[in-house]
Amino acid sequence: MSNISINNGLSAFFENPFGHLSRLLKSLLIPLIGLLAFLLIWEIGAKSIHTSLGVFPGPAAVYEQSLNLVDEHNRERDKELAFYERQEKRNAKKLEKTPDAVIKVRPYTGKPTFFDQIGTSLITVMTGFILASMIAIPAGIVIGLNSTLYAAFNPLIQLFKPVSPLAWLPLVTMVVSAVYVSKDPMFAKSFVTSLITVSLCSLWPTLLNTAVGVSGISKDLQNVSQVLRLNWFTHVIKIVLPSAIPMIFTGLRLSLGIAWMVLIAAEMLAQNPGLGKFVWDEFQNGSSSSLGRIMVAVLVIGLIGFLLDRCMLFLQRKVSWDKSAVLR
Amino acid sequence: MSQPPKHLELTQVDIDFPTPNGPFKALQDVNLTFNKGEFVSLIGHSGCGKSTVLNIVAGLYQATKGGCLLDGKEVNEPGPERAVVFQNHSLLPWLTAYENVELAVKQVFGRSKSRAEMREWIEHNLSLVHMDHAMDKRPDEISGGMKQRVGIARALAMEPTVMLMDEPFGALDALTRAHLQDSLMEIQKDLNNTVIMITHDVDEAVLLSDRIVMMTNGPAATVGDILHIDLPRPRDRLALADNPQYNHYRHQVLTFLYEKQRKTEASPEVKQTTAELKVAPDTTQPEPKPEQKVKAA
Repeated sequence: MSNISINNGLSAFFENPFGHLSRLLKSLLIPLIGLLAFLLIWEIGAKSIHTSLGVFPGPAAVYEQSLNLVDEHNRERDKELAFYERQEKRNAKKLEKTPDAVIKVRPYTGKPTFFDQIGTSLITVMTGFILASMIAIPAGIVIGLNSTLYAAFNPLIQLFKPVSPLAWLPLVTMVVSAVYVSKDPMFAKSFVTSLITVSLCSLWPTLLNTAVGVSGISKDLQNVSQVLRLNWFTHVIKIVLPSAIPMIFTGLRLSLGIAWMVLIAAEMLAQNPGLGKFVWDEFQNGSSSSLGRIMVAVLVIGLIGFLLDRCMLFLQRKVSWDKSAVLR
Repeated sequence: MSQPPKHLELTQVDIDFPTPNGPFKALQDVNLTFNKGEFVSLIGHSGCGKSTVLNIVAGLYQATKGGCLLDGKEVNEPGPERAVVFQNHSLLPWLTAYENVELAVKQVFGRSKSRAEMREWIEHNLSLVHMDHAMDKRPDEISGGMKQRVGIARALAMEPTVMLMDEPFGALDALTRAHLQDSLMEIQKDLNNTVIMITHDVDEAVLLSDRIVMMTNGPAATVGDILHIDLPRPRDRLALADNPQYNHYRHQVLTFLYEKQRKTEASPEVKQTTAELKVAPDTTQPEPKPEQKVKAA
């Protein structure tokens, strides 16, 4: 059987070599050409831009800086390891002398590397996004099921949806400073501020899409629910939620995209130790390598944004009941 | 009050739908009674309010005047004792055939049946409509006829006093439709529940029904005529094709629809209604494509 199929494949190739070739061209070669053209234009364009921090970084400079950042990260890790080793040895010695000595383990307090900052940003964005979704999906369902509530809230949603994170941030900062007071805070204030700003800006698409999805349930399915006398909760779980899933996911993907964009701005201003702060610090630092390092951050931000969207798409495919729908 | 209480009764039913230009009277003075175990078809042109009558019995609509009594109790909300088989199956696309029926069974028998009993009951109903082989398939994986079977199984599984069918076979091809009609007759013979069915198909109405309720054109539609179909059961579609009595009934329904209740040419709905009324000249050979039938009509 396999022989035959291979033969078929081969003969198909020989019969129509151009068809295969052109498909290969389209799927691989053309994006590659696009990328190369971009790099070329970037390199040429960058050379002709002179800033107060030197020449604008081209692809080569950015590549160099990305290697630097990896090096820095490894060096910092080695330092950390060495620090803990020293501390352990010291403690061991202490114990030898006096077995009942009180031992203190101090945490390492080096500066966060680029990769630590990526981690912080990811944690912040996911927390903010999950918080926003936990508010937006139930609220969207309730608003979508009730046309009066929808009419009441729709103007508010439309009003707050286009507000920039930078406008919210001062308010959020002040409110967090005033409300979030504790001697031993579980989270840093900058983290809470960024997180709330992210939530505030990213919850609208999910809220709106959930409401629209919920209000668009087919009349037939509503009739089924009525004939079966499903109670409100069963109605929501068995009928409303599944039929609104595609719209909810559309909203979630928009929200996550916005959350990631907002996060960088929020971190810059709130000084949350993430990618936004990295960009800001490099900007303030103003060394000759700063622009290159910022450019690395820009590319990484883009890449992570893309990957986050792919993750949501993957999740959507897992959850979606309609396997025939084309999701992209 | 000397008469015994009827099984299902619609008394002087009027219904108005609000429109921007004032209320639209869809039904006026509809009086109908149904006996237990009876199979009644509602037939009439599009827009004559057949579905409205059905929805009032289902409890999905409320009559503006008059009302509906089922075994002496007023019908004012939907309920599983008046199960509905919808025109376009209305299965939940994210549930398998089994789960679709299960949703109904859990709702109706959740307290009175054990888990195993419910399982058995679901499987029993799916096998009644010959769908036991595809229980774990979702609606998008099965054909239109199979979906409608599952819809019927779901309705049957509620053990309804009255089963309401809104053009249940309208969207199916002629062969599948004939098949399901036979299944339905068999099931109804065994279970003996009351069935009210809306149809556009004259042959279907005569073949299946004990009585055919013919409705006048809207607005303010009402019952035009009631035809008793006195043919012995079980009925066989091949044998009936040559039966003069059967053809006489068909003729009566057609006369009602095309002479007494002919739609005026001015009406924009004329084209649509003639297309919907599928009247095959010969029932012995059901044509596989419904489109051809439309042309014939």
